[in-house]
Amino acid sequence: MALDPILLSRLQFAFVVTFHAIFPVFTIGLASYIALLQGLFVATGNNVWDRLGYFWTKIFAVVFGMGVVSGIVMAFQFGTNWSNFVQFAANFVGPMLSYEVITAFFLEAGFLGVLLFGRHRVSPSVHFFAALMVALGTFVSAFWILVTNSWMQTPAGVEIRDGVVHVVSWSDAMFTASFPYRFMHMAMAAFLTGGFVVCGVSAWFLLRGRDVEVHKRALSMTMWLLLILTPLQAWIGDEHGLNTLEHQPAKLAAMEGNWETGPNVPLLLFALPDRDLQANRMEIGIPNGASLVLRHAADGIVPGLDRVPESEQPPVWMVFYSFRVMVALGMLMIAFSVIGLLLRRGGRLYTSRWFLHGLQAMSLSPFLAVTAGWFVTEIGRSPWLVYGIMPYGDAVTPSLTGGMVLATLIGYVAVYAVIFYAGVYYLFKVVRQGLEPLDADEEMVDVDRPARPFSATHVPFDGSLSSSRS
Amino acid sequence: MEMFDLSLIWAIIIAVGVIMYVLMDGFDLGLGILFPFAPDEDARDVMMNSIAPVWDGNETWLVLGGAGLVAAFPLVYTILLPALYIGVFLMLAGLIFRGVAFEFRFKSRRTRHWWNRAFAGGSFVAAFAQGCVVGAYIQGFETADGVYTGGAFDWLTPFTILTGLGLVVGYMLLGATWLVLKSEGHVREWARGLVPKLLVGVLAVFAIVSLWTPWIDAGVSARWFDNLDVIWLLPFAALLCALGIFLANRHGREGSAFLLTLGLFLFTYLGLIVSRWPYVVPPEYTLWDAASAPESQFFLLIGVLFVLPIVLAYTAWSYWVFRGKVRVGEGYH
Repeated sequence: MALDPILLSRLQFAFVVTFHAIFPVFTIGLASYIALLQGLFVATGNNVWDRLGYFWTKIFAVVFGMGVVSGIVMAFQFGTNWSNFVQFAANFVGPMLSYEVITAFFLEAGFLGVLLFGRHRVSPSVHFFAALMVALGTFVSAFWILVTNSWMQTPAGVEIRDGVVHVVSWSDAMFTASFPYRFMHMAMAAFLTGGFVVCGVSAWFLLRGRDVEVHKRALSMTMWLLLILTPLQAWIGDEHGLNTLEHQPAKLAAMEGNWETGPNVPLLLFALPDRDLQANRMEIGIPNGASLVLRHAADGIVPGLDRVPESEQPPVWMVFYSFRVMVALGMLMIAFSVIGLLLRRGGRLYTSRWFLHGLQAMSLSPFLAVTAGWFVTEIGRSPWLVYGIMPYGDAVTPSLTGGMVLATLIGYVAVYAVIFYAGVYYLFKVVRQGLEPLDADEEMVDVDRPARPFSATHVPFDGSLSSSRS
Repeated sequence: MEMFDLSLIWAIIIAVGVIMYVLMDGFDLGLGILFPFAPDEDARDVMMNSIAPVWDGNETWLVLGGAGLVAAFPLVYTILLPALYIGVFLMLAGLIFRGVAFEFRFKSRRTRHWWNRAFAGGSFVAAFAQGCVVGAYIQGFETADGVYTGGAFDWLTPFTILTGLGLVVGYMLLGATWLVLKSEGHVREWARGLVPKLLVGVLAVFAIVSLWTPWIDAGVSARWFDNLDVIWLLPFAALLCALGIFLANRHGREGSAFLLTLGLFLFTYLGLIVSRWPYVVPPEYTLWDAASAPESQFFLLIGVLFVLPIVLAYTAWSYWVFRGKVRVGEGYH
């Protein structure tokens, strides 16, 4: 069997970027949450917020560290597997990616150290300021990445001379049509990820009756936030969809599983899309639903895949199902937020065991939803790497053979499996240790020293929690 | 923009970034390679603690170099990475294992020996792969129309294996002189005893590579032999450094020994650069051929000129904070 270097390169990139993305999407949300906690501590002087801030900062440190480690690989993937794309687009993509690295550099050099190790060295206000800057830095980092991705989805601001992109207008190229929607959608997703993880962890502590008062506060505050953010995210996502309708109709048609352009298109709840048939083998839907959602009229015209040559259609079923997974999880998040509101009457929010168990499970949901969402937008763009301009086949490294890609793909899977296992295992240990009292001796060892993110925690990797603090 | 040769400015920035990386990650990779040979577990603790505060900052230079190449010299990036495909993977896998092992070793007891192995193995693989890159660079790359056309293992030849091993020994020397500087007692004596042996190894590779290189490529040969230039000062300076390391180590001048090792690396690196200047993808493309559009180089330059001094200052400060000896049983954890 011949191994296709293009397909394998796509798989490899999908794998390493999905694996990497898990960490930043969490740290972006968590950084803002920590800044909020430290801000509340400054404003109220109540040291519950500081204790919570300390607890979540330790978790932040480990996740940030894993994000950095897995991110190193990303800096090289473009060149190893997609060298023709880089040669084509470097004039724009190069500075964007470099600015991202510079941002991360700057962040790590300046404020991360103060946030992680300066708790007793600087005043609470300065510590809060550092937390705020780290939170801001994570967004600036995301900004550059999403600018690059949005340009690949809806390219603008450049002209192509001698087969190479030249930037004509930096502002047009950076702020493309899809960028504002993608950025808002992703920022909100990061908040939801942080929020649901915090709720899940708080629920875990409440179920075990540990540090109940502190985690009640954390849960209550976060549930209020989620009550606002989950519907807001649905609205932003909808706007993002309308933007896709305008600029990437093929992707939208695949998301809706709609093969024929026309009015009165149903909103499909379930279907079996078949590219060979160029139709759905079966479908269950709400009549006129898609037309109503997308065009606000029952006879609104919705673009179908018939407008796209078969060779330029994305793999419809992957986009179709990924989209439904994302939306279903979003609905579930809204449902949990609303149920949480109802349970507040009589304080059942903190005692209802089924709800707390549910929240624990829900802490996984944003990771799945974000992954599914990226599958929609990335697979929905195929066969284009740069939408309408450069297909995957032209972008891949010419000297690559299928065997080379397969070997490194297996290698990356193996490396990441070990790292991920060790990292998650360790994270669970950190969580289980809980809100330890701010221990004077170990704190003082670290306070004046800039060090690596991981050294912000002292939880042993193996053995019991109370022993071996090295 | 017309007034400055942006490509030249960028070549200098990236050249500085690369040598910063080699010097700084060099000694901590070297310590990793020396790890299995350490006399005892106490010594290993000291070794790790001596680099604990700084090692990950060292590696960020590598990421900056990678991203900077995309922006300023995309052709270098798009030819070198495909050509070194398998080597790059090995290097990344080595760096990842080593980084994670570093973090978890301190936090583990029962599984510590596994993390020790991952740390040493990862360090060795990463250093060897980087050394092969140096060799592959001297060999040059097979290209057509700005695209790499060679095979998957062109980077792995007897010559590059030699340079790979050479860099491994070189990093070990850096690691050993660093450790002499940062430790005391039996750990320091052990490291001090290693220095002359490693120095002999480095000089042997240095000599073989120097004799072999002119046979590998006529351009390099012409550069060195056609007009006897001031460039001969570079290998001469490198040899003086080597002599200096030997003497300083013998008389226990640990600071000088370490600085002279940095000098040995620096002069060798400069010698490598002049061998190929101004070719950045030998034997075909110069730095001007490989450059991105001037507006792109300029756009990024603004940010780099703003951030680089801050990062350098911060780096210097953190080394200053952690100056002095690391004692057994004392660490940053």
